[in-house]
Amino acid sequence: MSGELHVQNLGKSYRQWGSELRRVASWFVPSIAPREEHWVLKDVSFSIGPGEAVGIVGQNGAGKSTLLKLITGTTVPTQGKVQVHGRVAAILELGMGFSPDLTGRQNAYHSAGLMGYSQADIERAMPEIEAFAEVGEYFDQAVRTYSSGMQMRVAFSVATAFKPDLLIVDEALSVGDSYFQHKSFDRIRQYRSEGVSIMLVTHSMSDVRTLCDRVILLDKGLVLKDGQPDEVVDYYNSLIATKENAKFTVEQRREKNGWMLTKSGTGEARIKSLRLLDAASGNDLAVVQVGQAVELRLEASIHTDIPQLVLGYRISDKQGHVVWGTNTWHTHQIRLNVKSDEVIVFRLPFTCTLGQGSYSVSAALHSTDSHLVDNYAWVDNQLIFDVINVDEDFFIGSSWLDAHFVISSEG
Amino acid sequence: MKAILLAAWRYRFFIISSIKTELRTKFIRSRLGGLWMILNPLAQVLIFAFVLSAVLSAKLPGIDNQYAYAIYLMAGILGWSLFSEIVNRCLTLFIDNGNILKKLAFPKIALPLIVTGSALVNNLLLFVAILAIFGVLGHTPSTALIWLPVLMVVTIALAIGLGLGFGVLNVFMRDIGQVVPVVMQFLFWFTPVVYMVNIIPEKYRGWLVLNPLIPIVTGYQDVLLYNRAPNWAGLGEVAIVAVVLLVFSLLIFRKASPEMVDQL
Repeated sequence: MSGELHVQNLGKSYRQWGSELRRVASWFVPSIAPREEHWVLKDVSFSIGPGEAVGIVGQNGAGKSTLLKLITGTTVPTQGKVQVHGRVAAILELGMGFSPDLTGRQNAYHSAGLMGYSQADIERAMPEIEAFAEVGEYFDQAVRTYSSGMQMRVAFSVATAFKPDLLIVDEALSVGDSYFQHKSFDRIRQYRSEGVSIMLVTHSMSDVRTLCDRVILLDKGLVLKDGQPDEVVDYYNSLIATKENAKFTVEQRREKNGWMLTKSGTGEARIKSLRLLDAASGNDLAVVQVGQAVELRLEASIHTDIPQLVLGYRISDKQGHVVWGTNTWHTHQIRLNVKSDEVIVFRLPFTCTLGQGSYSVSAALHSTDSHLVDNYAWVDNQLIFDVINVDEDFFIGSSWLDAHFVISSEG
Repeated sequence: MKAILLAAWRYRFFIISSIKTELRTKFIRSRLGGLWMILNPLAQVLIFAFVLSAVLSAKLPGIDNQYAYAIYLMAGILGWSLFSEIVNRCLTLFIDNGNILKKLAFPKIALPLIVTGSALVNNLLLFVAILAIFGVLGHTPSTALIWLPVLMVVTIALAIGLGLGFGVLNVFMRDIGQVVPVVMQFLFWFTPVVYMVNIIPEKYRGWLVLNPLIPIVTGYQDVLLYNRAPNWAGLGEVAIVAVVLLVFSLLIFRKASPEMVDQL
């Protein structure tokens, strides 16, 4: 039997009662109503058929986590209903309830018990759990001696040890080293090929594209789009791109994905817009494919006459390593005697030869080879984009080298 | 109500393994390990005996043993510690486990059952230790011991009845978590654990009926020290109170269950 999920008009509101006594009273007197209701999810309806793999995407605060909690049953819907057929396994957070002083094996026992399995079931699955976790003799040592990656392996191994009918995965897979990430993905793919229905909640567009048959985009508690992965991911892209530019006036904020946006500058010149565009269509992009022709376009507005104007770019990966960077001083393209009220457009077309991952673009307007003198405008991590690999052969690392194997046998 | 009990039954393996886990983790890195479960309450007995025996030891009528006061204390503490451990732990139970409750769907009722189970094991170990000490002190409990399980059941029922209700309400009104320990202190001193009931002035004695712990603690003292059956009438009343509280708490628990996770 494979799993099915039907969600009908699902809604969740968090209620403000004014006083907690009113809330307690409401349990016994139904006519007492809450002061305020705050809806975080409204009228969400969708189904996941047997064997289907569905991705749920959306920005922070879109209601993804709430939806997951409602489906797994940790919270109760305010309206609508969730119907699940078959056995559900949810990986919402790996290593929940692990006790650092117990061994891996004891913890595995404990968390499988928490999932509702009997002692006999767990004992039967234990060799498989141990084998999949690949922590060796550490399996019988206290979890506090584990590295965080090892702990995740044990946790994932337990969480997926029992083949469910519906597997719900929340971001959890972005942890661990890439070997284990692959192994985890393989297990999920294998379950998928065995007819297990899958619901994947993630920020990672590449996961969605590779694993899902269908994607649902949530925004502000509503289903904004439900369709083919390509269609929804592109829609999501443009949604994010417009939002990025709309938030222009903020000085410093922690972005989603943990990027910190910082702006500074003396204001003689300002960055009016910074966009990443598809070279062919001119559309804004938030997800770029390896090998895609794209263009960085920056509009600078000038507020005072400036003798020299230089634009510098820096593209960094998630760890903050600079992947590439230069400025127009080095490329001998300094603009001289710029007049007030001018708008200058800098276009930088290039082919995306970056590897998979999340990258940020920082830009600065200044007058010489570095921004240390006359820092007119400076933005860190103004633009964030993800690179995914769709068409090219698999590779790792942050650069896509134009490299090809030549193999021959000799002698 | 039936659904709650069924869910608990389905999770019986988890409950039992959690109790084991809890006992194991509590002392895993301490030298004396599980001994601390017994040493802590016994240290309390020692302190009270040391501080108060000079004052009170002569006033235990009908007991010839020179260690009578220590035995009296241990009997009372045995009952009190079972009660207070369950109440105190139930009080912060849902808050302490908030993270798991938010992330995993499992019957919440398992939590108070785990607490009760581990408190019961602790208490039984303490009981064994106390029996051993009785032996050393030259006091042999009689067949009245067969009533001990009844006392324990009533104690547990009362403790869960109070603790579960407070534990649920504490999720919504965190003041309760501050108030209840204070009330427990009062309750301890208003219960004749370290003193004898008959030293309370006559005019206040009427108030004692309001304390449901008195029949329980005196029951323990009857069984362990005086070698006689507990006062059934008093204990019966407490049992009724306990059942009423238990039903009421389960009702609150059931009503609050859907909202609880949102408040953690």
